Amino acid sequence: MNMIVTSASSATPNGTTRPQVRIVIVGHVDHGKSTLVGRLLHETGSLPEGKLDMLKAVSARRGMPFEWSFLLDALQTERDQGITIDTTQIRFRTNSRDIVLIDAPGHAEFLRNMITGASQADGAVLIIDALEGVRDQTRRHGYLLHLLGVKQVAVVVNKMDRVDFSAARFKNISDEISAHLNGLGVKPTAVIPISARDGDGVAERTGRIGWYKGPTVVEALDRLEPARPLETLALRLPVQAIYKFDDRRIVAGRIESGSLIAGDEIVIMPAGKIAKIKTVESWPVTPVAGRQGAGRSVGITLDRELFIERGDIIAHAGSAPRETRRLRARIFWLHDKPLAKGDQILVRSGPKESRATVVAIEKAVDPGELSSTENKAIARNHVGEIDISLSNPIATDPYTENPRTGRLVIEVAGRIAGGGLVLSVDAGQRAVPVDIVPVESALRSDERSARYRHNGAVVWLTGLPASGKSTLARALERRLFTNGGSPVLLDGDTLRAGLNSDLGFSAPDRSENIRRLAEVATHLARNGHIAIVAAVSPAREDRAAARRIADTAFREIHVATPAEICEERDPKGHYKKARAGALASFTGIGNDYEKPERAELVIDTSTRTVAEAADEIEQMLKTTGVLFDEVVDLAANI
Amino acid sequence: MDHLDQLEAQSIYIFREAFARLKKIALLWSLGKDSNVMIWLARKAFFGKMPFPALHVDTGKKFPEMYRFRDHYGKEWDLDLRVEPCPPIDAVDPTLPPAARSAARKTEGLKMALAKYGFDGLIAGIRRDEEATRAKERVFSPRGLEGNWDVRDQPPEFWDHFNASPPQGAHLRIHPILHWTEADIWAYTKRENIPIIPLYLAKDGKRYRSLGDQDITNPVASTASSIDEILVELEQTKVPERAGRALDHETEDAFERLRVAGYL
Repeated sequence: MNMIVTSASSATPNGTTRPQVRIVIVGHVDHGKSTLVGRLLHETGSLPEGKLDMLKAVSARRGMPFEWSFLLDALQTERDQGITIDTTQIRFRTNSRDIVLIDAPGHAEFLRNMITGASQADGAVLIIDALEGVRDQTRRHGYLLHLLGVKQVAVVVNKMDRVDFSAARFKNISDEISAHLNGLGVKPTAVIPISARDGDGVAERTGRIGWYKGPTVVEALDRLEPARPLETLALRLPVQAIYKFDDRRIVAGRIESGSLIAGDEIVIMPAGKIAKIKTVESWPVTPVAGRQGAGRSVGITLDRELFIERGDIIAHAGSAPRETRRLRARIFWLHDKPLAKGDQILVRSGPKESRATVVAIEKAVDPGELSSTENKAIARNHVGEIDISLSNPIATDPYTENPRTGRLVIEVAGRIAGGGLVLSVDAGQRAVPVDIVPVESALRSDERSARYRHNGAVVWLTGLPASGKSTLARALERRLFTNGGSPVLLDGDTLRAGLNSDLGFSAPDRSENIRRLAEVATHLARNGHIAIVAAVSPAREDRAAARRIADTAFREIHVATPAEICEERDPKGHYKKARAGALASFTGIGNDYEKPERAELVIDTSTRTVAEAADEIEQMLKTTGVLFDEVVDLAANI
Repeated sequence: MDHLDQLEAQSIYIFREAFARLKKIALLWSLGKDSNVMIWLARKAFFGKMPFPALHVDTGKKFPEMYRFRDHYGKEWDLDLRVEPCPPIDAVDPTLPPAARSAARKTEGLKMALAKYGFDGLIAGIRRDEEATRAKERVFSPRGLEGNWDVRDQPPEFWDHFNASPPQGAHLRIHPILHWTEADIWAYTKRENIPIIPLYLAKDGKRYRSLGDQDITNPVASTASSIDEILVELEQTKVPERAGRALDHETEDAFERLRVAGYL
């Protein structure tokens, strides 16, 4: 369901109004999907001129009888193997619909392609071979249609010519598949007997299926409804980015549901901060006055400066999504390695991402099996329900309340490995919106910078333990202070004794540690001070988060002293303990320190003195606009 | 929202995802109708100015009208334009048929530009309806270290979640108008009043439906001398869009071989 099509849409450029529906054809391998597609294209007059003749000629050249499925097998690689390997999109028309057909393959290997295709569909055709009946892949695809939220499913029983157009055989299959789908909460819109090869039941009720009184395939497609508009649901605007290309601070994203207009009171989740929409920005004409509804990609400005980041969800106060660190989801799994309890995963919910741990697995089954046995882990192409614990709070809805925000995908090693629906959000606590109205300082920033002779900044020293961060930080602090500036040292270890005493050294705790350091440092910087942060901060992602928080005030310095020298120095004895195995989660002797890629400055303390290193930092702060060029000689003014 | 609004919103979403999730991207500007629509969409996504370079991999064999268009609108649209040359034809696989070989030269030029700038994402204006092999594409499509496309091992992509982590040294192709059709492009060009190269409009009973290198692109018979007339023509025609592109007709698999090697 990539695109929502309202019935008022003009699908053709010449002004006629025809609803567009996207459909997918699924089912067991070799039950005749490609044949049905080829036949449909022919029956609806949708083939490009000469295509049929060209393929007939190619078949003759290869000494093979022509088959309708050749139409789709445009790729040489496919013809060689005889299986459709990926989704193709083909357009044709019925009486009152423009149909976009996503051909989904049936080979079990390619379930990920079936999901890629079916996830964009408004409706589906599930095909079953009359001779073979309901097979494992038929059931699996039925289950996935349910998980993907495809509600309109027409079933076709193909190859009726192979069972002598037996009404009894048709009824058996029809009953079996209807029971299976009903069990999943999917009600078939029609069950149609056809022979895709000969054309019976596709566009015409031929004499051979005279006993059948329902719609043909073309008629069934003609009755599909475009996806339901999402404007009637509560507002959900997931934030994709914050842009500051000019003096506007634009919060950009796509409205997934509901609508908004300038002047609306909104709440930013999961933090629960409240603001008002000042303008809705656009281009080439801006701002726009009208109400913006679901499906629109928009940009808004707010009436106050709040910290917002990618992944936050903007909603109306009173109908905000739930904030949670724990949720239950029903998922399908596509990765080679089964998903097991305790696995570390990355969860994406819209633009929001969070690391997470699988804390429980239930109902792990092969949806293709008739009577399912429950497994401990969710194997490839299987489904299950999982409880996950997230390292960062996210804002989400159960899918029954919002089909767009109530779904998530799971990534393993940077690749999408599964996905599913949010069943429930733990604790059910609806975060109380916090009406934060920041109190502005009585002082203007130019008053402060006139006194300190510098702008506010966050100087972030990252590097291995014992690389010299704290020593440099202290030297810089002294130097800036001597020159009349206002430096404040924030040492990672020192803050762990107080503000961060609830945090350990797990990856999520380290992230939170860095976030708090960055927030405090940014607050100081906004008030004109130079916050000097000395923290190992090994994760690139965490430092990127710090940079996002501090924004243009951020100056990253990589203290790149070679690892051997750091270990040799070892003033706190940490390396020694870690080598002896007495210090778990110690950064330095493993390979877990991720070097910065675009630090403002790199300093190796093994090749220069502390004073020289401080000079370099001072120089960098001058060239990047933090320190004003001419440092006032305080003594001269006395 | 009408049909074009929906297409636009989806493309803007894709542009913003690419900009947020990749480090260094560029838009491949072929000067044709599709990439002009892409630039327009990018300016909508980013409120006026495209915040990454427009890369023109220049074969040196485009029509003079195309170069004039590039030089004029590159300035007017305030693009960060990078023009990169292609290697001489001798450097290209001699077993390919002539037109495919010529197009493969562009692929080489593209690889050189990639090596020069280190882009991790290239935005390309291909559409699913153009050509059968393009229908197989993902919106975020990983390319191997050699710029090649592995059709058999494409990651799943659903609910607008894209695989945005190419392996070190490899890059992603991003396709913001993959879901558009040729008629959509023209209808949108008209609605938004986006400038076009006049070669698309019929003169003396012929017009170009698709613009490539001068020596391997032919006009098709047409009397459509305005965008409205083009739209009427597209309603009726059953001739494929790339009919005028010589390379599509050389052998059954020439196009596919090119795509696997990294051609757009």
